[in-house]
Amino acid sequence: MQSKWNDGRPMEQFAAEFIKPNDRLSSFDRLEIYNRQYWFRILDCLYDDYPGLLAVVGEEQFLKLATAYLTKYQSDSYTLRNLGDRLEKFLLDEPHWTEPQQPLAIDMVRFEWAQVVAFDGPAKPVVTPDDLIDTPPDKLRLGLQPYLSILKLDYPVDDFLIGVKKDADSLRGEASNAMNSAPSAHRESTQIPLPQPEVTYLAVHRFDNMLYFKRLEPEGHIILEALAAGSTLEAACVQAVEQSTRANPDWQALIKEWFDNWAALGWFCRR
Amino acid sequence: MPANPFNGHTEYGIGIGLRVPHYRHILANKPVVDWFEIISENFMVDGGRPLEVLDQILEQYRVVQHGVAIYFGSADKFDREHLRRLKRLVKYTGTPWLSDHLCWGSVDGRYTHDLLPMPYTFAVAQHTAQKIREARDYLEVPICVENVSSYAEYHVSEMTEWEFLSEVVEQADCGILLDVNNIYVSSQNHNFDPYDYLNNVPHSRVGQIHIAGHSKFEKYILDTHDHPVLDPVWNMYAHAMKLCGNTATLLEWDDRIPSFEEVHNEALKANQFRDNIVASSQKNR
Repeated sequence: MQSKWNDGRPMEQFAAEFIKPNDRLSSFDRLEIYNRQYWFRILDCLYDDYPGLLAVVGEEQFLKLATAYLTKYQSDSYTLRNLGDRLEKFLLDEPHWTEPQQPLAIDMVRFEWAQVVAFDGPAKPVVTPDDLIDTPPDKLRLGLQPYLSILKLDYPVDDFLIGVKKDADSLRGEASNAMNSAPSAHRESTQIPLPQPEVTYLAVHRFDNMLYFKRLEPEGHIILEALAAGSTLEAACVQAVEQSTRANPDWQALIKEWFDNWAALGWFCRR
Repeated sequence: MPANPFNGHTEYGIGIGLRVPHYRHILANKPVVDWFEIISENFMVDGGRPLEVLDQILEQYRVVQHGVAIYFGSADKFDREHLRRLKRLVKYTGTPWLSDHLCWGSVDGRYTHDLLPMPYTFAVAQHTAQKIREARDYLEVPICVENVSSYAEYHVSEMTEWEFLSEVVEQADCGILLDVNNIYVSSQNHNFDPYDYLNNVPHSRVGQIHIAGHSKFEKYILDTHDHPVLDPVWNMYAHAMKLCGNTATLLEWDDRIPSFEEVHNEALKANQFRDNIVASSQKNR
């Protein structure tokens, strides 16, 4: 615990003003039990949700940055699910916590937050062929499921995380009213080489309520990003074709294959 | 006394907490369990696996909701989004009663995610009772408040914890989720006789009982929910059942969770005490 209260008084003195000591513990000692439990609980949550970031920066630095993050951004939600929702912003604002791996760390945090969203984010009814049949492509605007994240990353963090995670389905522990007898933070972190830069397009989603991530073609990423931004189906496809560097592709076949696949995964909904 | 307004006039038996490591076993094997307690906040989500599991559980079992974040004792007003989601879940599960803790845990919209002890004053009791009434009126379900385990006491307290609990529930006209393990933990940490606590709460308001394991350290006991129930707690449970009658009981096991069978068998040990109560009441007829 901090040694001094906000007004400069020693914490022992401050604690004694409102907490009774007993025959075994001082006021400060009793307050310290709660202080430790607080940090065990919220740090454990970040350890559970961000094993990839832990592997990128190492255990010692992860503990430092997580502590700094949680000091700056205290939980403002009744649920621990949202504890990491400002971690990307924090690491962008304060790059020294992740140097020299800041770009990789940022990619990993975006990827891991996308998994939190995919795990229990809302779903909308998927569009059916009947919903689309009367709308021409230059008028058709498709929505993407709220739980789906489309990411353009500078590192192949998906492969890296697969190597790191022992249990790909594990997210944070459940809320409970139990106290921790010890921090579970010092779990083993797998020592695998950090990935080399490689532009990677990813969709993070769920199917049958299981969490998945899927590589996208660059043009597929352009189409999905454009649809998410509100473009019509036609405009999104034209944008992808114009920006493509492929030589003589069969666009009709490619785009049909992608859309068949995305539709089968239930990614499209009404806007 | 087991069925009362505070548990929706139900007569539930021995339940266990629904926990992730047991999902696969429960859904595949459909073991006979009288009821499951769910942590409300784990299911107040918009979609995905948690709600799919809940659907499947509700097809087979009775479910009671237990919360960890409503914070009746916080000075803040309720988080309306929290209450809105909680009400949606209450309607979804059909929980006959809802429980959460007699504690505080948030300040100015910042959450500790802990169950912090309250100063036992009349002013705090009045404030807390008012919030319980407000929550019950909005949620439209009976509420039981649970006594928490604690590691600190305040100089400003004007009464014992059991007097405070009694004051709150009488003012709020709500039920009690009597956690006998928490009473034991607090009694060891604060040097009081746990049977004074048990004997002096309004037994007619007890809608549910919790039992759990704890961990002993050199200078204090921690409510870890990672062990079987220890003998002193079983003895207190037996006494509580005599005082309160055959009350819905739940075993909490939240950390280092063993197999489903081990947790369930530990919970079913409570049956011997319940059987004694039933036999005794039949003898007295």
